[in-house]
Amino acid sequence: MIRAPHRFAPIQRLLHWLMALCIIAMLFIGVGMVSTVAPKYLPLILIHKTLGVALLILVLIRLALRLRLGAPPLPADLPPVMKLGAKLSHLLLYGFMIVMPLLGLGMLWAAAYPVVLFGGIEIPALLQQSDRGHTLLWNAHVYLGLAFFALVLLHLAAALFHALIRRDGVFATISPLPQRERMKPAE
Amino acid sequence: MKLPGRLERSSLGSLILIAAVLGCSAAAFAYSAGWLSPGRLTPDRMIAALTPPSGPPLGHRRNHAKGICFTGTFEANGNGVELSRAKVFAQGRYPVLGRFNLGTADPNAVDATVRVRGIGLQISAADGEEWRMAMINPPFFAVSTPEAFHELLVAAGKKEPEAMTAFTRANPEFGAFAAWAKSAPWTASYAEEPYNSLNSFVFTNAKGDEHTVRWSLVPTAVPVPIAQADLQKRGPDFLEQDITDRVRSAPQRWTMVTTVADPGDPTADPSRAWPENRRKMQVGTLAVQRIEAERDGPCRDINFDPTVLPQGVRVSDDPFPAARSSVYRKSYDLRASEAGAYPRNGAAKP
Repeated sequence: MIRAPHRFAPIQRLLHWLMALCIIAMLFIGVGMVSTVAPKYLPLILIHKTLGVALLILVLIRLALRLRLGAPPLPADLPPVMKLGAKLSHLLLYGFMIVMPLLGLGMLWAAAYPVVLFGGIEIPALLQQSDRGHTLLWNAHVYLGLAFFALVLLHLAAALFHALIRRDGVFATISPLPQRERMKPAE
Repeated sequence: MKLPGRLERSSLGSLILIAAVLGCSAAAFAYSAGWLSPGRLTPDRMIAALTPPSGPPLGHRRNHAKGICFTGTFEANGNGVELSRAKVFAQGRYPVLGRFNLGTADPNAVDATVRVRGIGLQISAADGEEWRMAMINPPFFAVSTPEAFHELLVAAGKKEPEAMTAFTRANPEFGAFAAWAKSAPWTASYAEEPYNSLNSFVFTNAKGDEHTVRWSLVPTAVPVPIAQADLQKRGPDFLEQDITDRVRSAPQRWTMVTTVADPGDPTADPSRAWPENRRKMQVGTLAVQRIEAERDGPCRDINFDPTVLPQGVRVSDDPFPAARSSVYRKSYDLRASEAGAYPRNGAAKP
């Protein structure tokens, strides 16, 4: 048995894939709900708010785990510019994950909407109604949301690049598949 | 081990696969956002249809743009508990923030020219749980669906009269509303109007029993019919002056009456009134105690979104509350971003 030091811990991998699914759902629901007047608008916005708050809690747990457990090193032969890109994009992803729910909550508070989640859970307002505040937070939520989607696509492209083209073991560090996947005979 | 940096033939296939995954993801995203479906009825299109040819009322609500704020109380008599576990139905007094308004996109409309009068309410329970509603004085709505409402706005905005004829032919339910608009008596006061939810909602009581309900605010003031021509002789803001004067001398009251649908009643179609013999119940009284100009008043910043509901009330199969919520949200986003154009400070009208 060879120990595999170059993988994220199982809890980190679980959180990554769970949050990935939720974030992609959030981005699609977000652009979908604001472009419809159909009855599905209400369940979509309820899911968006509930999932958003859940993701905020999850990202804080994930960040704590990351700081405590660290991350596997990138391959030594990865060009420096790609290493920098990897580092920066992960920083940005964490930034979006933390900032997006806060902007969403903030824009609702600044519009004096009660924030009621699935199951009737109410989040107390931490901001007062403010036209300027609402506009700023709403614009930030919308445009950063679009940028977040672009970054998710870039992340996906990089993951596939590592998995299919470079085959350098980077994807295996986060792969949801069992360990034997990266223990190829060719290695 | 594969040598990094060298593209093999299989890598070309991988690159194509990556490009395809990204392309499909982006296309699916664009589809969700409606960018590929110009026919989709979006809140933006509804607001475009509400916008008068002279341009949008910057800084104001996109519809029911003219209004005046009030505060008061909702005094629940406790009867409503039988229908809904909403806290504000438990016997007691609950603070109310509201707004009398006119169904027009013109914040400076002459009061006598606007047929539909409305009220926006926000009732707060002791723990802060809110119930918001926006009601109007016709006994039924003009059309059956949000799509038909959009078509009505488009047809009404056209110059050629055939547009409205064609609309009425395609949406015969509009005939009843047109008849109401033509023949229903006018009054000279917001205080003499009834205000109707028109949309149905599902009430759930503590036992979990569900009923589909519409409700009305029935005025205590006796309506005095008056010809529209006589109203036109009054000042442009006579409704606001009247309600200010009345409330200054005494609180103005409405009885809140709930009506429960029988099985088979048209719960999804606000253009169809339910039969008169449906079970009605008085659940409380709205008392309007203080009037404030909208400009610096407390109602200005509130979106009277009818889907802000307490526990014990939820939307029914009526498609309008969702559509209204979506469009009101967009209207709020717009007017908040245009706040600089709103004449916030200053008592006198320009």
